[in-house]
Amino acid sequence: MTNATLKQLSQQLAAGAVSSVELATQYLDRIEALNPQLNAFITVDRARTLADAAAADAARTAGNAGLLTGVPMVHKDIFCQQGWKTSCGSKMLDNFISPYSAHVVEQCNAAGLITLGRANMDEFAMGSSNENSYYGAVKNPWDLNAIPGGSSGGSAAAVAARLTPVATATDTGGSIRQPASHCGVTGIKPTYGVVSRYGMVAYASSLDQGGPIAQTAEDCALMLNVMAGFDERDSTSLERAREDYTRDLNQPLAGLRVGLPREYFADGLDADVAKVIEDAVAELKKQGAQVVDISLPNTELSIPAYYVIAPAEASTNLSRYDGVRYGHRAADYKDLVDMYEKTRAEGFGAEVKRRILVGSYVLSHGYYDAYYLKAQKIRRLIANDFTAAFAQCDVILGPVAPTAAFNIGEKSGDPVQMYLSDIYTLSVNLAGLPGMSVPAGFDRQGRPVGLQIIGNYFGEAKMLNVAHQFQLATDWHTRAPAL
Amino acid sequence: MSLTHQDVARIAKLARINVSDEEIVAVGNQLNNIFGLIEKMQAVNTDGIEPMAHPQDVSLRLREDIVTQTNQREAFQAIAPQVEKGLFLVPKVIE
Repeated sequence: MTNATLKQLSQQLAAGAVSSVELATQYLDRIEALNPQLNAFITVDRARTLADAAAADAARTAGNAGLLTGVPMVHKDIFCQQGWKTSCGSKMLDNFISPYSAHVVEQCNAAGLITLGRANMDEFAMGSSNENSYYGAVKNPWDLNAIPGGSSGGSAAAVAARLTPVATATDTGGSIRQPASHCGVTGIKPTYGVVSRYGMVAYASSLDQGGPIAQTAEDCALMLNVMAGFDERDSTSLERAREDYTRDLNQPLAGLRVGLPREYFADGLDADVAKVIEDAVAELKKQGAQVVDISLPNTELSIPAYYVIAPAEASTNLSRYDGVRYGHRAADYKDLVDMYEKTRAEGFGAEVKRRILVGSYVLSHGYYDAYYLKAQKIRRLIANDFTAAFAQCDVILGPVAPTAAFNIGEKSGDPVQMYLSDIYTLSVNLAGLPGMSVPAGFDRQGRPVGLQIIGNYFGEAKMLNVAHQFQLATDWHTRAPAL
Repeated sequence: MSLTHQDVARIAKLARINVSDEEIVAVGNQLNNIFGLIEKMQAVNTDGIEPMAHPQDVSLRLREDIVTQTNQREAFQAIAPQVEKGLFLVPKVIE
């Protein structure tokens, strides 16, 4: 039953064909068998999960079950969850048992979902390969020599390996879409402000956004119904009426205008990836979509703008890790400043330190205008590009990444090479738009390739509609790795 | 632009991260590579462009000035590195 979708599991539970305890046991057994080779989890707590599952079964018996009551799921280790270690992939928080839960976790709990465990990730969500985790790299279930993508690599690998039907994830510069693409699963990053950041360990606050990773677009829609919603504890949470993200899934695509940005198909795009995207576009055309040639001229500038804005915000956000109130504290120090400096040198990994140093520099006296302000102006140019494009089309399609998953170790020594691979995802975060990745094929090595769908602000239901119709006509999302 | 070792040491101090003398060359090289990438921004004319801080350009909400949280000192201090009598302990700051 571990191959089933969220939707199917919900139906099986409702029909009494399986109990939540039985289901959780199946997944926990599979995690126990396969996680040693994948390293997709940081924490698993069988007793606690089974107790939660038993409570869900009791709620069902009492007639209090909702649509997703008793369905198992996984949280990325970035979402604070009361009583669970919330490490964010860092030594700094290795001893942090969260005293409270994130809004997303509260919403999942309220919907009756039960937690199988906590997914591995790049430290503080900084990375594109999951090699930056204090707990070791996650392996791609399709090829154990390949990276699963990052930073939500544990979430994507766990769904791909059928260790969970669904996982939460976060996306600051592509961290839902890129691992979803590399692992052959479906993921959506909503419009900035749709999912509350309360209790989601902060990386770059003006870019961070939570979302689900699952097998199908339909499951993502169901999960987004749970995760989204106004929360006054997040100052940038948007006050909007609740929406049903499944409402448009079954709309036909006839007349849909899909924009293909020239810049996303230029030099640097792997030929196999290009072919997969062309085939996916051809499928949508077959369903009546019209292709529009568009331009996003400032795409290349998204890399320098992002690698100023995100580190700047990170350096501010991560100043809270000072060894005073929670987290790691160095063992030996001579005074307060020495304690700070040693605590942070020991607690943070190399990539996190690099980004904090970059951010500290660009925000330092005399450099603010030349870097942070300049990057924010370029951010506006990038957002304007999308506004112009969406005057001509309903959704934008393209690749998620220039290549399928690369090998573990291939780029880990060269941060700049790693940053360049984020070219197709960063601008979506800078503009605050929703984006998703849908399985669309494989490269010559048999590694998955995702189709990126970018929507206009609050266009999630439309994007999920496109993805669902694509999935009704293709079977890429049903393929699972042999493990 | 090229950061010197002194620059790197100054940034590390600002960031309160200890960077050892052995690490400083490698860290400096990596930062210089990253700034090489970032410098590409400087060639772009952004005169008259309004900086964008928030995707929806909404102003941040204000809340009522009322107590909304209950005191959870015990729960929060249970995970602290060092506490005494309800206080977080740090090395002596005032002689």
